[in-house]
Amino acid sequence: MKYAMETILLALAAFAALLGAAFAKDSQFGAHMWVLFFVLTASVIVLMRTSSYAPAGVSAEDNSPYMDGPVRYGVIATVFWGVTGFLVGVIVAAQLAFPDLNIEPWLNFGRLRPLHTSAVIFAFGGNALIATSFYVVQRTSRARLFGGNLAWYVFWGYQLFIIMAATGYLLGITQSREYAEPEWYVDIFLTVVWVAYLIVFLGTILNRKEPHIYVANWFYLAFIVTIAMLHIVNNLAVPASFLGSKSYSLFSGVQDALTQWWYGHNAVGFFLTAGFLGMMYYFVPKQAERPVYSYRLSIIHFWSLIFLYIWAGPHHLHYTALPDWAQTLGMVFSIMLWMPSWGGMINGLMTLSGAWDKIRTDPIIRMMVVAIAFYGMSTFEGPMMSIKAVNSLSHYTEWTIGHVHSGALGWNGMITFGAIYFLVPRLWGRERLYSMRMVTWHFWLATLGIVVYAAVMWVAGISQGLMWREYDEQGFLVYSFAESVAAMVPYYIVRTIGGLMFLAGALVMAFNVYMTIRGHVRQEEPLPGAAPAIQPAQ
Amino acid sequence: MALLDKHKTIEKNATLLLVGTLLVVSIGGLVQITPLFYLENTIEKVEGMRPYSPLELAGRNIYIREGCYTCHSQMIRPFRDEVERYGHYSLAAESMYDHPFQWGSKRTGPDLARVGNRYSNEWHVQHLIEPRSVVPESVMPSYAFLKETPLAVDTISYDLTANRRVGVPYSDEMIASAEADIRAQADPNADTSGVLARYPKAKLGDFDGNPAALTEMDALVAYLQMLGTLVDFSTYDASADYR
Amino acid sequence: MDYTTLRQFADSWALLAMTVFFIGAVIFALRPGSREAAEQAAQIPLKED
Repeated sequence: MKYAMETILLALAAFAALLGAAFAKDSQFGAHMWVLFFVLTASVIVLMRTSSYAPAGVSAEDNSPYMDGPVRYGVIATVFWGVTGFLVGVIVAAQLAFPDLNIEPWLNFGRLRPLHTSAVIFAFGGNALIATSFYVVQRTSRARLFGGNLAWYVFWGYQLFIIMAATGYLLGITQSREYAEPEWYVDIFLTVVWVAYLIVFLGTILNRKEPHIYVANWFYLAFIVTIAMLHIVNNLAVPASFLGSKSYSLFSGVQDALTQWWYGHNAVGFFLTAGFLGMMYYFVPKQAERPVYSYRLSIIHFWSLIFLYIWAGPHHLHYTALPDWAQTLGMVFSIMLWMPSWGGMINGLMTLSGAWDKIRTDPIIRMMVVAIAFYGMSTFEGPMMSIKAVNSLSHYTEWTIGHVHSGALGWNGMITFGAIYFLVPRLWGRERLYSMRMVTWHFWLATLGIVVYAAVMWVAGISQGLMWREYDEQGFLVYSFAESVAAMVPYYIVRTIGGLMFLAGALVMAFNVYMTIRGHVRQEEPLPGAAPAIQPAQ
Repeated sequence: MALLDKHKTIEKNATLLLVGTLLVVSIGGLVQITPLFYLENTIEKVEGMRPYSPLELAGRNIYIREGCYTCHSQMIRPFRDEVERYGHYSLAAESMYDHPFQWGSKRTGPDLARVGNRYSNEWHVQHLIEPRSVVPESVMPSYAFLKETPLAVDTISYDLTANRRVGVPYSDEMIASAEADIRAQADPNADTSGVLARYPKAKLGDFDGNPAALTEMDALVAYLQMLGTLVDFSTYDASADYR
Repeated sequence: MDYTTLRQFADSWALLAMTVFFIGAVIFALRPGSREAAEQAAQIPLKED
């Protein structure tokens, strides 16, 4: 029987979860173990129903030079979690504008907000990174994924991590460390999955038939190992009980704060930047059909990025009780980061030199170009906000939220959408996407949504910061805090609309991807200036 | 030219690339973070700091569970407007027993580092049940369910023990009497001399307006009411501040 | 070894060592003779899949 061992292990794990639920020391842990039990039991049932008892043979998949099953699943998961994460984002945005939308206790803002951030960063972004890295490393190494079914374990294990993290937040299970909220047992599980991911990725590189390791793989590899290190150090904690959800971090106060923001900033640097740069360095040259502008610049980009980013964390702690020298060090390195970031941006954009007309004719290229432009914009804004004088105004305000979203929606979102549109026809052997015009719709909905969102949050943040520090002639503070909250309401409403537009674009993409996978081709006028849309199936 | 030839080796050798990357990222972090772990030797211990009482710790865990840190900071920066609005700027020592820290990153609501003693217990309970009935502009969610939820007290000694393992100086006596202390602190009729001896300045009595029941509301309000109250700034010597 | 020694080490020698490493990496990447290898590597994604 195929997957006999896997089925037995899953069943045993389900039984262990049941024991955990029975002997739980706190009610949240009990509820969480019930969730785990139901998920694992459902997996066991699905595995048993689909198992074939035929003697193990060689399927078509095993014969192809590349293992694309996990990549296909990964693309679908990316689209699914993307839509989910954006939807939760719109909900939390609306909750700030209309607080009656909070439904206590499970759907209050404080529990939904980590769900939103984790869903977009780790579920949407993480699946995009795993899927594209598996695709890219096979093509650029000309080798099949290492480890056989280990890649499937990485995919399904990662989905289980997402489900455990997400349901945990709703139950109130959190370490309160931003972007590292899951509790100790979920963290341990993720570590195991991540090590398997590293083995698959590194093994494939070691098996390569190309003499060089292509630079995209450098970025992916740096992302995988650095995230492993950050995850382990930042989540060091002592559980209150082996059968309880609560743990206490190993560090406290200042040390804990610096460790957390060393993690938090490098999650941006290595998860949302290095990993996605790996995507850029493969998919932009592929879609533009020309090599990267300067390969040597990309290597300098790599070393300077990983060298500078790791120091920048303290800029999240300006003017706090963190010692001044560490703050200054963080500021200096953050400002220096501007240079490699723009070097990378120029490298990505100039890849199109000689083919600039594609921006007009190819909506996928247009998406990638806008992604790189937003990368440039937010890597300029970031260093600026890390200057202590600017930070004294911007910190704690909506400006930070606007900055994060111009990077996350503009850079991470758009480059992922571009990669998905590139991948789907190739992975499912379709001649082309269901509709190119819908890609154009997605592009404009998303771009407008981001511009509205970022502009509104920028104005909101600056007014908020100025209101807090405004004095009148007698030397009294002009505004109470509550007045600054009231002033935010119109901005919160418009921000929600921006988010809705971005979500609408993602829904258009989901439909387009679904129809392409089903093999439909929409009869439509070709885009103006577009060459006859024939892409060879692979 | 032997050195330059080695570069090709790096470019082509995955293990070397892995080690090089790991070296760069780990040394960068180590150099920046390690000195801070020697910090406590140089700060004079600020007078008044003590571990959280069991009731306060339980309240703090509810604060974390509900994600209060997503909208409230607990870190007052040394600016005129912040000091005027919220009180004396925060000291590193004031979060020395915070596992994890709760400095926050966003002020959708005001800073809470010194919210203790600013409002009455009744105000807090009303505000947590229906925020807009006391602050019309507020966008805070309602936490009425806290008043209906009994506080779990039987595992509190586990929490103190885990805190001791990460360095909080809870004594054997504190851990042994944790369950009694958590009940006594919120009970207006209890003998609280033990609680006060172990946890000086602890706020005593019923917090949630219902003396008959020990609820999560009691714990959360007890935590909010002690925030920033431990250090006496009328006698604090700022020259000891390492900044 | 105390806090002050460590922090002085952190923002002097350690910083210098990291910077030297970084400049070394840049010189490596731009050294004469790397162009050909770089151009070969840049073609990897564009070869037939």
